[in-house]
Amino acid sequence: MEEKAVSIEIKNLVEKWKGKEGNLIMILHEIQNHHGYVPRDISLKLSEMLDVPLARIYEVITFYNYFKLSPPGKHRISVCMGTACYLKGAPSLIEEIKDLLDVEEGKTTKDGLFHLDVVRCLGCCGLSPVLMIDDKVYGKVKKAEIADILAKHGKEG
Amino acid sequence: MAVYSKTILLKDTNLAQEDRTRDFYTNFLQKLEESSLSELVQVVRVSDIGVYNKGVVIKIMPDNIMYANLKDSDIPRIINTTIKEGKPLDDLELKRTGRQLRIVLRNCGMIDPENIRDYIGVDGYLALKKVLLESTPEKVIEEMKKSGLRGRGGAGFPTWMKWKFARAIAADEKYVICNGDEGDPGAYMDRSVLEGDPHSVIEGMIIAAFAIGATKGYFYIRAEYPLAVERIQKAIEDARTCGLLGQNILGSQFNFDVEVRLGAGAFVCGEETALIASIEGKRGTPRPRPPYPSVKGLWGKPTVINNVETLANIPYIFLKGGDHFAKAGTATSKGTKVFAVTGKVRNSGLVEVPMGITLREIVYDICGGTSSGKQLKAVQTGGPSGGVIPAEYLDTPVDYDNLQKLGSIMGSGGMIIMDEDDCLVDIAKFYLGFCVEESCGKCSPCRIGGTQMLRVLERITEGKGRIEDLDMLRRIAFAMQKASLCALGQTAANPVLSTVRYFEAEYKEHIVNKKCPSHKCSKLASYMIIQDKCKKCGLCQKHCPAGAIPGSREEGYTIKQDRCVKCGQCFEVCKFKAISKE
Repeated sequence: MEEKAVSIEIKNLVEKWKGKEGNLIMILHEIQNHHGYVPRDISLKLSEMLDVPLARIYEVITFYNYFKLSPPGKHRISVCMGTACYLKGAPSLIEEIKDLLDVEEGKTTKDGLFHLDVVRCLGCCGLSPVLMIDDKVYGKVKKAEIADILAKHGKEG
Repeated sequence: MAVYSKTILLKDTNLAQEDRTRDFYTNFLQKLEESSLSELVQVVRVSDIGVYNKGVVIKIMPDNIMYANLKDSDIPRIINTTIKEGKPLDDLELKRTGRQLRIVLRNCGMIDPENIRDYIGVDGYLALKKVLLESTPEKVIEEMKKSGLRGRGGAGFPTWMKWKFARAIAADEKYVICNGDEGDPGAYMDRSVLEGDPHSVIEGMIIAAFAIGATKGYFYIRAEYPLAVERIQKAIEDARTCGLLGQNILGSQFNFDVEVRLGAGAFVCGEETALIASIEGKRGTPRPRPPYPSVKGLWGKPTVINNVETLANIPYIFLKGGDHFAKAGTATSKGTKVFAVTGKVRNSGLVEVPMGITLREIVYDICGGTSSGKQLKAVQTGGPSGGVIPAEYLDTPVDYDNLQKLGSIMGSGGMIIMDEDDCLVDIAKFYLGFCVEESCGKCSPCRIGGTQMLRVLERITEGKGRIEDLDMLRRIAFAMQKASLCALGQTAANPVLSTVRYFEAEYKEHIVNKKCPSHKCSKLASYMIIQDKCKKCGLCQKHCPAGAIPGSREEGYTIKQDRCVKCGQCFEVCKFKAISKE
């Protein structure tokens, strides 16, 4: 990433949230949503502009599950492990995905295509077990359907 | 598009039977055709109609008449009397027991949440007008006291008291925070209210601000709820345009404005002091109380934190009066509660019921019993901070105090139904695992106690448990309850304690006999080939990762128990159900 582009981006963000107390988390949200993670060079720049130590920024990033420090895969798979999904067989879905993609929880596949996350509740317990790939929600998923679902997203590239 | 004057919803509500709606549907259409009504009446087969085991059921809209146990021969009467003349047929009509009562969800699904005019059309912001122009903060708190409303976020602290404490402190700035950090897995009522009726929450918040004298408010909403965030943001802008937020609201002297702040995936941020830290842009770790937030909260100023559902109740209270609100409910718990009923239940979803209704009514009358048709084993309420209530207590009236007596809590309103197939030791392990992962790590009782208890539970589910483990669980749980800094640690042991209390026999079965009665704990299962059913296809042998299935297509196969790693692969791949799991 070019130094210049980073500066402008951060400048705009800091400008937008300037003067609002407790703005750090909201700024990090915008960075996370834009990049899919919080790159280190942006954190460094942010630390300069907000005049807060880098450690303070990292302390916040690492506390909250939502912020990531490494780039995500092209497609994000979120398997819900809320109580309803757990009871209805979410653990076997996770095993199946791990097997098929050879990937661990919280990690990205070697080809960078899929990132597997286990999340706590997607808030649609009526459809359990649920998994979400990018913004598409799949409800009442059966283990046997996983390969098809993954193939569909894999093909889109 | 055709405009129909009536719509008929049709559903066969009996399980385990052939769906009879196809013939009924064709018949109905034909009879409508004969009366030349098919242009005016639409018949729709639906997947759920909200009643169960009442045969073929139809619901006629907009008359809202429901007929049950219908036969084909009833069709002509229905068409002639109800559809043509608009008269109900008493002998067919299904009188609903009407146990649901919508206060919090009164507008959800009824109005367009993105249109402020829709909300105003159903008396929205009328309560605010009454409060601002005709009342005083003291009177508002007095009215809240009459209503008896208690916080819907979990602990059930009386809302009026919170407001009174914050009002009593003199400060240059006070804050109101709406807690929309709904992190309990299995609960989504706050999400539904934020998405379905955002203005009622904003209105409740403005009234709260008026009562305590706050000029600034924050919505703290999970980032995982993007639609809720979007709708609240739009609702705030619309309210501002209409003069309902900002300076001199509705021409009064009162100024108040709100902002949205996003949560970032930390369960502990539902705890008041952690939530405040998070809004301040810090790590969401709790701090000791007192001082309570109503004395020293956000940026050291008096702060009232109310849950989404609590706030959504408030406009209703001021429209109808506190006394009217207090008519629903029990002596100590007033009004209604929204529950998210999920798990092994036939009709899962949100239900709003008056306090004091029994668990049985919720599970069987409203939600249609277990989805599997099997015996109900237990109901879990309150999420990771709550407990498990066994089937024998199903007739307990639901309110804050009764649930607490049973070792559970009301919590935010998650209600998980479990049947015979669920292992309670496994469930306790699941919830505790959640709390261990979400513990912020600040205080040692929670951080270390949780981890140690989880180890014990893992040991038990793997068949390595010792009988003294039960006492150890109780001892650690007691320490966590007494010594943890915040509610997360104090309540994290509840799922374990309540299962040990009610299902001690099941724990002992795991520990002494090394058996899981519901066959859920795979490490305790033993797999066998049922020779009568086996077709000698060899699939199990192919999939066994431990080489524990010797044999050949001619001689058949057996599972060597001493080599079996209990992965369950053979059980899953067998196409003939020839492998037993015990």
